Amino acid sequence: MTTANARPGATPERRTPTPQDFVEMQNSPEFQQLRKRLRGFVFPMAAFFLVWYLAYVLLGAYAHDFMATKVFGNVNVGLLLGLAQFVTTFVITGIYVRFANREIDPKAAAIRAELEGTPQ
Amino acid sequence: MTLSDRVSLLAQAPAAETVGSPLVNISIFSVFVIVTMVVVIRASKKNSTSAEFFTAGGGFSGPQNGVAIAGDYLSAASFLGIAGAIAVYGYDGFLYSIGFLVAWLVALLLVAEMLRNTGRFTMADVLSFRLKQGPVRTAAALSTLTVSLFYLLAQMAGAGGLVALLLDISDRTGQSIVIAVVGVLMIVYVIVGGMKGTTWVQIIKAALLITGAGLMTILVLAKFGFNISTIIGSAQDMVSGSASEAVAARDVAAPGAQYGGSETSKLNFISLGLALVLGTAGLPHVLMRFYTVPTAKEARRSVVWAIALIGAFYLFTLVLGYGAAAIVGPDRILAAAGGQNSAAPLLAFELGGVILLGVISAVAFATILAVVAGLTITASASFAHDIYASVIKKGEVDDRKQVQVSRITAVVIGLLAIGLGILANGQNIAFLVALAFAVAAAANLPTILYSLFWRRFTTRGALWSMYGGLISTIVLIIFSPAVSGSKTAMIPGSDFAWFPLSNPGIVSIPLAFLLGAIGTLTSKDNESKEKAAEMEVRSFTGVGVEKVVAH
Repeated sequence: MTTANARPGATPERRTPTPQDFVEMQNSPEFQQLRKRLRGFVFPMAAFFLVWYLAYVLLGAYAHDFMATKVFGNVNVGLLLGLAQFVTTFVITGIYVRFANREIDPKAAAIRAELEGTPQ
Repeated sequence: MTLSDRVSLLAQAPAAETVGSPLVNISIFSVFVIVTMVVVIRASKKNSTSAEFFTAGGGFSGPQNGVAIAGDYLSAASFLGIAGAIAVYGYDGFLYSIGFLVAWLVALLLVAEMLRNTGRFTMADVLSFRLKQGPVRTAAALSTLTVSLFYLLAQMAGAGGLVALLLDISDRTGQSIVIAVVGVLMIVYVIVGGMKGTTWVQIIKAALLITGAGLMTILVLAKFGFNISTIIGSAQDMVSGSASEAVAARDVAAPGAQYGGSETSKLNFISLGLALVLGTAGLPHVLMRFYTVPTAKEARRSVVWAIALIGAFYLFTLVLGYGAAAIVGPDRILAAAGGQNSAAPLLAFELGGVILLGVISAVAFATILAVVAGLTITASASFAHDIYASVIKKGEVDDRKQVQVSRITAVVIGLLAIGLGILANGQNIAFLVALAFAVAAAANLPTILYSLFWRRFTTRGALWSMYGGLISTIVLIIFSPAVSGSKTAMIPGSDFAWFPLSNPGIVSIPLAFLLGAIGTLTSKDNESKEKAAEMEVRSFTGVGVEKVVAH
């Protein structure tokens, strides 16, 4: 079975694009722009959080004294950096969702409508 | 847990502290089983088609799926294990939870939505979309089955230890019976409820687990005037006052208590960190959850909910871990049946007596049950859909037969898990979970990313990367100190270890990425251009998927 098969429940009036349609769409400027926009966001963001996480792990493994430096009360640098990992995870999630809702979803919907012939 | 901890545990086992009432624990757990069973049976009315059975027809909403993902992901190891590790080792336990959380960004940014847009039931759907069906699907299914089995084994073996603590059953026969009961319940959930039933079990369990942990967190914070610094201070006082010199020397707020020793152990820790952060987005049972929602947008919402819930939960475990050290103390925790894992239950008893302990115990059991059910349906779907229907029968199989094969597979996997779980009872299980993450990160993630983002990627690249990642991870584990040559090894009496790290990720993950690239660049660029165009357009836009299930 190939995934190109009609899915169960698909409404009959929806047009199934031909292989040629997909090739043409792939080369179209609107798709290229969507692709560039999404990659231009997720790749640098992924690189950022992976480097920041790795830096944190390396500090945890090799910089015990630095991490143990007290900031206030019994709370030290290590705990604050750990909590900062939580904060950046939540913030990146928020930024991405905003970006995807505003920038990606409308472009993707327009391409879907064009290929499947269904009005918005 | 070190060997000395284990030995002292065994030595003290007869005198080990038992708290609470096993009868209360069992009663509350039974209520959970009855309630979820009713829900599962009600949910199973429409389970005749493969789409219903494998993915609940994509009919869950993003928030529902997000809660279910949290229920699938927060295993007993992350609840009891992390709280216990923080209580005993302090900061090093916290490092685990950060890797487990940050990993979700890989899923959110790079995998979840595109996977939803290109696949239907399994991870292999995506990987084999534009490459050669037979070989790629087989490799993806083998890796799915391997990861699921290791993960399943860890959960089942963990159930044995939990029983000792919560139900006060210390003899092996009794524990084996409980492992078998857990296994049989899981089989029933899966074959009756399919994905819909399993999802509801996970939703109910996640709600109970997160509410329970949240309640305990508030109780702990209230005891210390909502001042985290005071909690850490009290935890340090208890740890410093420990009868064991090794424990007393620990600084609970600084890294290094568990992994600080040699250069090898530091490297081992980095290797573990890599596997945790890259493994999650390659875990087949996590990936399959994205097919239970109708659209990429809902898949995105699922991950947002999952990140919020999982993040909050790990913040709770931080308070609970330090709270357990401060209120119960490391000596009592290590002396209890179940050792380190008993930190959260003992804390529950101190905070809310027999009833709260009963609730937390039942939740811990429910956790194992929900996680193993999720793993089983993933493994059985992969076997039925990828190997049986697509490779053996070449797609010439009707829907009903596919579901039937999946149900039979679920029974076989369940029985296998019971048998292996009984054999592995008492083994060092932490490495089994780490191994599942390492295999997922090495064998699955590189191929997923390459096939989604690299147009030139070929069948040879996929096969080299998947088999290379799978085989190198397993071979390195077999010849690591986790299996032989150390006191805490699986086979303590022998020594054939030549690889110094018990976490192989730092070698096997880059190797798998490299093999995928080399395999691709050395093969002719002769994959179907049409299929590649179709996959790329679908993955970015959701053509052919969106609105299918909207009624």
